[in-house]
Amino acid sequence: MATTTASAGPAPERLRTVSLTQRLLARPAAGALVIVVFVFIVFAVLSEARGSSAFLSIAGILNYVGVASQVGIIATAVALLMIAGEFDLSVGSLVGFSGIVIGIVSTVWGLPIWLAIIASMILTTGLGVLNGLIVVRTGLPSFIVTLATMFIIGGLSSVLVLTLTNITFIRIDPDLIAADPLAQLFSWKFSFVFDGATSDLYVSVIWWILIAAVGAYILGRRKFGNWITGVGGSPTAARNLGVPVARVKVTLFAATAFSASILAACQSMQFSSADIQRGGGWELQAITMAVIGGCLLSGGYGSVVGTAFGALALGMANIGIVYASINADWYKIAIGLLLLTAVVLNNWIRRRFAGLR
Amino acid sequence: MDKRKFAGLMAGAILVLAACSSTPSAGTGAKGPDGALVKRADIKIEVVTHGQAIDGFWGVVRNGVKAAASDMGVTVNYNAPAQESDMPGMSALIDAAVAKHPTGLVVSIPNPDALSPAITKAVAAGIPVVSMNSGSDVFKKLGILAHVGQTEFQAGQGAGERFLAAGVKNAVCFNQEVGNQALTLRCNGFFTGLGLTDPSKGKVLTGKISDPAGMQATISAAIQTDPTIDGILTLGPSVAKPALAAVQASGKTIHLATFDLSADVLTAIKDGKMDFAIDQQQFLQGYLPIVILTNYAETRNLPTGDGTGLIMTGPGFVTKDNAADVIALSAKGLR
Repeated sequence: MATTTASAGPAPERLRTVSLTQRLLARPAAGALVIVVFVFIVFAVLSEARGSSAFLSIAGILNYVGVASQVGIIATAVALLMIAGEFDLSVGSLVGFSGIVIGIVSTVWGLPIWLAIIASMILTTGLGVLNGLIVVRTGLPSFIVTLATMFIIGGLSSVLVLTLTNITFIRIDPDLIAADPLAQLFSWKFSFVFDGATSDLYVSVIWWILIAAVGAYILGRRKFGNWITGVGGSPTAARNLGVPVARVKVTLFAATAFSASILAACQSMQFSSADIQRGGGWELQAITMAVIGGCLLSGGYGSVVGTAFGALALGMANIGIVYASINADWYKIAIGLLLLTAVVLNNWIRRRFAGLR
Repeated sequence: MDKRKFAGLMAGAILVLAACSSTPSAGTGAKGPDGALVKRADIKIEVVTHGQAIDGFWGVVRNGVKAAASDMGVTVNYNAPAQESDMPGMSALIDAAVAKHPTGLVVSIPNPDALSPAITKAVAAGIPVVSMNSGSDVFKKLGILAHVGQTEFQAGQGAGERFLAAGVKNAVCFNQEVGNQALTLRCNGFFTGLGLTDPSKGKVLTGKISDPAGMQATISAAIQTDPTIDGILTLGPSVAKPALAAVQASGKTIHLATFDLSADVLTAIKDGKMDFAIDQQQFLQGYLPIVILTNYAETRNLPTGDGTGLIMTGPGFVTKDNAADVIALSAKGLR
C-alpha cells in the first residue's frame, strides 16, 4: 500500500491512502452487513435475557437461515433487476403459479415429477420473458406493467386450479418425490440429530447461496454485469455505447421468473404440496431485502451480496422474535424500522465513503 | 404479430375468460312441487361470502353452492371480495346483490359491525336472508331467517377438552390470520377448554400461509424456546403440514390437531401423526342455505334448527377411526 510523503501539498489521487475501514465501507454491501450484525446482536441478547439460548444454537441458526433462503432465492434476481432500473411486482404471484403448475402436472395429470418441475420452469420463465418484452416494447414503467401481470398471473393460477381440480391445495405424494431424480435437487436436506431433536439444513439454503454467488460474480466480474449497472444508471448512455438494453432487461425479467420457479420447486418438494397462496406479498419482501442490501430504487447502484445480507437480516428478525418470546405483531414494525435504518445508513455510507450521490 | 392474429388471440382469450368466469350456476331442470309460489327456473339466489375460492376451505363451500344450485335447478351467483378482510368491499358486494332483487341472499358475517348496515338493508327490502359460516351470535338480531355453521368458540373448546383429556399441559394456538374474529374465538375457546381461566393469556403463534417455511421455523423456534410445549392447535390445513414437520423434527411427543380437512391432514391422522381434525363440514354451509332459500321461496317452509334458527354443521371430529373414509372426498373438494 502506498503511503503519503511528508512533503507539502496533497498527494496525487492515485497515491492517496485509503484505510481498510474506508475501503470496506465503500462497498455497497457495507450497510447491510452492519444491519445483519445489529439484528443478530439484538435478538441474541433479547433471547438470552428471556432465558433461552436457542437463537444461538445450531438448530436456531439453521432455522432462520432456512427462512432467509426462501425469499433470498428470488431476491438476487430482483436486486439485479433493480440495479438495471426495473421492478418485478409479479414475482410473488409467479411463485404461486409455478407451484400450482407442478401440482397440476404431477398430481392431477399424474405425470412424473421431473417433468412437472421442468414444465413449470419453462412456463414461468416464459411469463418472465413476457414481462420483459411488454416493458421494453411499450416503454411503460415496469412498476405498472408488472402490477398488471401480478393480477393476471394470480388470476390465471386460480382459474387454472379451480377449472382443473376444484381444490387450491394440491397434495404431492411424498413417495413419488423421494423416488424422483430431479426432485432430489429441491427436496434434499442434511439432517443431524442432537439431543433427540432433528435439525435440517434445507437445499433451499444452498440454492440461495449459489444463486447469490453467481449473481455477485456476474455483477462484479462479467461484461453482462457492467451492462446491468450501465442500463440502470443511464439507459441512453448505455445504448449509445452499444449495450443491448432491451436484451439485458428481458434477460433479467426471465431470470427473476426462473428464480421464482426454483423457489416454487423447493417449496412444493419440501412440503410435498402446492398452495395457490404461496409467495403472496413476497415481491415487496424481496424489494425490501434489495434496498437493505444497498440497491437504489432509481437503479444503477446496488449489491447482490448486500441483498443476501438483507435476506439474512429479515429471516433473523422474523424468527428471532419467536426466540425472544416477543409478540409476533412486532415483526412488521421491526421490518419497517430495519428498512428505514438501512436506507439512512446506506445513504450516509454512500456519500461519506463511496463518494457517490 | 400482425393485427389479425392479435385480434384472433384476443377473441380466443375473451372466450376462455368468459367460459371460466363466475358464470351463474344454473340448474338442470329440477322441478319444484306443484302449487309452489315461484317456479324454480325463476329463483335467483345471490351468495356473498368473505372467502375467495382460491382458499382451500372456501373452495369446498363453493362446490357445495354449485352442487345445490344444480340439484335444486335454481340460478346462483357467488361473490367474494378480493381480500378476505376487506369489509367495506364485502358490504358493497352485498349492496350490489340486493340491488338485483334476488329471490334470496346468502351471506357470511365475519365482522358484524361492518356488515350489519348492508344486511339490515337487505332484510328491510324484503329479501329472505340466510347466513352461513360466521355470524352465529348476531344473525337473529339482524332479522336473518337461519344460520348454517359452527360456533367457533365451542369448536375450539372441544379441541381444548380433547387435548386436556390426552394429558396436554402447555399448548399453543397457531393463528394464520390475525384480525379474523372467528379465528381469535377458536384460540380462546381452545384455551378455555384446556382450563385456562383467562384465555387471552394463552400462547398464540402467528404466520402467513404464503410462507410455509416461515410457519415451520416459527413453530420449531417456539418448541426450542419452550421445551414444555406438548400440544399445538392449527386453525387451517395449510398450517398443519409445516406444524407436523416441526413437531417431527423436535423428536418430542407433541399432540397436534387442526381445524378443517385436507388430503394431507387426513393422511397424517390415519397414520397416527396427528391427533384429530375439527370438521365443520363447510360443504353443507354452501349447500344448505340454497336448499333452505329455495324451499322458503316455493312454500315458505323454514327449518328452525335448534329453535332459534341455528343449524349446526360442526364441530365434528375426524380421528384415526374415520379419517380413511373421507380422504378421497377431500381430494375432490367435497369435504
